[in-house]
Amino acid sequence: MGRTIIDKLWAEHQVADLGDGTSLLYIDRVFLHERTGSVALKELAAAHRRVRNPEQVFCTMDHIVDTFPGRGDATRVPGGTAFITETRAAARAAGINLFDLGDDRQGIVHVVSPEQGIALPGVTLVCPDSHTCTLGGIGALAWGIGTTEAEHALATKTLVVRRPQSMRVRFEGTLAPGVTAKDMILKLIATHTAAGGVGYVIEFAGAAVRSLPVEARLTLCNMGVEFGAWTVIIAPDEAVFDYVRGRPYAPQGAALDQAIAHWRTLASDADARFDRELLVDCDTLAPQVTWGTSPQHAAGIDGIVPDPATESDAGRRQSMQRALAYMALTPGTPLAGLPIQAAFIGSCTNSRLSDLRAAAALLRGRQVAPGVRAICVPGSTQVRLAAEREGLHEVFLAAGFEWREAGCSMCFFAGGESFGLEERVVSSTNRNFENRQGPRTRTHLASPVTVAASAIAGRLADPRTLASRG
Amino acid sequence: MEKFTTLTAIAAPLLRINVDTDAIIPSREMKTVSKTGLADGLFAGWRYRTLGSRDEDPGFVLNQEPYRRARILLSGANFGCGSSREHAVWALAEWGIRAIVAPSFGAIFQGNCVRNGILPVVLAEDVVADLAHQVSADPAARLVTVDLGACRLTAPDGGTHAFAIAPADREMLLEGLDAIALTMKRDDEILAFQARDHLRRPWIYLGEVVRK
Ligand code: SF4
Repeated sequence: MGRTIIDKLWAEHQVADLGDGTSLLYIDRVFLHERTGSVALKELAAAHRRVRNPEQVFCTMDHIVDTFPGRGDATRVPGGTAFITETRAAARAAGINLFDLGDDRQGIVHVVSPEQGIALPGVTLVCPDSHTCTLGGIGALAWGIGTTEAEHALATKTLVVRRPQSMRVRFEGTLAPGVTAKDMILKLIATHTAAGGVGYVIEFAGAAVRSLPVEARLTLCNMGVEFGAWTVIIAPDEAVFDYVRGRPYAPQGAALDQAIAHWRTLASDADARFDRELLVDCDTLAPQVTWGTSPQHAAGIDGIVPDPATESDAGRRQSMQRALAYMALTPGTPLAGLPIQAAFIGSCTNSRLSDLRAAAALLRGRQVAPGVRAICVPGSTQVRLAAEREGLHEVFLAAGFEWREAGCSMCFFAGGESFGLEERVVSSTNRNFENRQGPRTRTHLASPVTVAASAIAGRLADPRTLASRG
Repeated sequence: MEKFTTLTAIAAPLLRINVDTDAIIPSREMKTVSKTGLADGLFAGWRYRTLGSRDEDPGFVLNQEPYRRARILLSGANFGCGSSREHAVWALAEWGIRAIVAPSFGAIFQGNCVRNGILPVVLAEDVVADLAHQVSADPAARLVTVDLGACRLTAPDGGTHAFAIAPADREMLLEGLDAIALTMKRDDEILAFQARDHLRRPWIYLGEVVRK
């Protein structure tokens, strides 16, 4: 019987079979950030353990750092400066690669990792951060771990992993203009719930995935964890090999040719079998927006707030009722037209150059509606610099957006900067949990173009109704 | 790590689905670079009336007697989904929770539990609902017993439910083992793997690559 891409990568990284479906897997790369990585490095040092291969360990500053222009170690997060300074000291002591404030490689961990060629096709990469599954977009087997597991990976270069079941999700069809990878993944989660992928490692496949540019594949995989998956992966292809070429930590010259020859073998065989298969039709897909407090609470922008009374499952019905109370919404209300107070473009989901270009194409020559606070935070310093070379920052600024330094920023609230009490925010991020973006903030997840269209309208708006001025 | 063998304790029902780690320990409550000092922030958004305050909401289950003394938590599907923050587990452990019973768990959270001496017990939704129902009749007297040696949970009415757990996880919990020390015993195998792998995938080994 044929083998899946997961079978192949598992075999390639297995140091020992520990029995009962559990393996000791070799970990090619570890990435840390100042929020959770700092604890791992400190605990490791306290236990008198060393980082085994520090040259393959990376650390960036993204979660707690300010994103205001001219920032330093001071941050609005209470107690946050200690995370920055202690991470810096621990990273230096351990001799790992550090992308500190002021370094032009700094940025959100999952944006920096492929950008620098640290995440590559076929590598195993772990990070104490749940959105590490993003890197499945370039064909890496990458997953989020806890801090204690991070210590294990740092000290031993391995992790003890129980093999999940396998699933393939095929996205078939062609996306209409204005519909994006973000809408594909929200649709999958809305259809099969936020727990639909629990216990699975998932391959994303199908014509709609193949035709996505690499950055959009990273967006698609980013929310694999919101589907509950252990992780997700897309088989690497020519588009990925082109993307990798010339990246600082990627192989060069003959080594690259050798690597690409190997990477071409990393695809599921035609007769490979998965434990579960799902299909998502993309031909009829509309831009998606969430109305509740779980990513599974999503619907088409041309839809309405659903009625919990129509939900037969009691658990889901209760969660819908709680969500509608939190979001201050009543069943039957059209989603398009809901007034918003803020708009946010950023996060490891949607803050790459292609995201900013798509949003800027709608914003060019237009204005954010009065009373709406709009913020754009590039995902990395490299993205910011590239965007500024193209003049995108001028488009955002002229439209009335704030233009920031790279970082996670208001993707999450840690007691520092936030959106206001009960404000309604349309956001290109990945989590609409209660209080995620601020005290009782009401988050509507959407793609960057839907965020841009909504910022202009001052209400949730369908990006397909606005002509691009790109 | 503290061993887990058997536990007989008050069980608190929090029957919501998709309880995420942001809810278990909000970001704003993770104040220091440390694994401790987190119990106070456990479920802060639900436990306290207003953000940042310590004004308890009497409607929240863990603020009620005798659930304040609960060592077992009963919850809905996908418990611990969301952020990988291990602080969620550290906060639960510090508050006093030693076992969580739910139909399913977020994958990273479930692994974090095992590494910190908390037992995740997977049981069907109707079983968890029935446990919650039984317990709530008289929470201080109607205790739940979890026996990891036998992989069996005993309900207040004496009904028993077998549960499954990966053998490696079970052993780690029963013995209170340090996973890093266990793996380090396999150092020779790791070194041999690296030697083979280096020939097969030289581009992985950045040590030799000079940074431009
Ligand atoms: S951008 Fe948001 S989701 Fe992504 S790593 Fe940062 S905080 Fe997490």
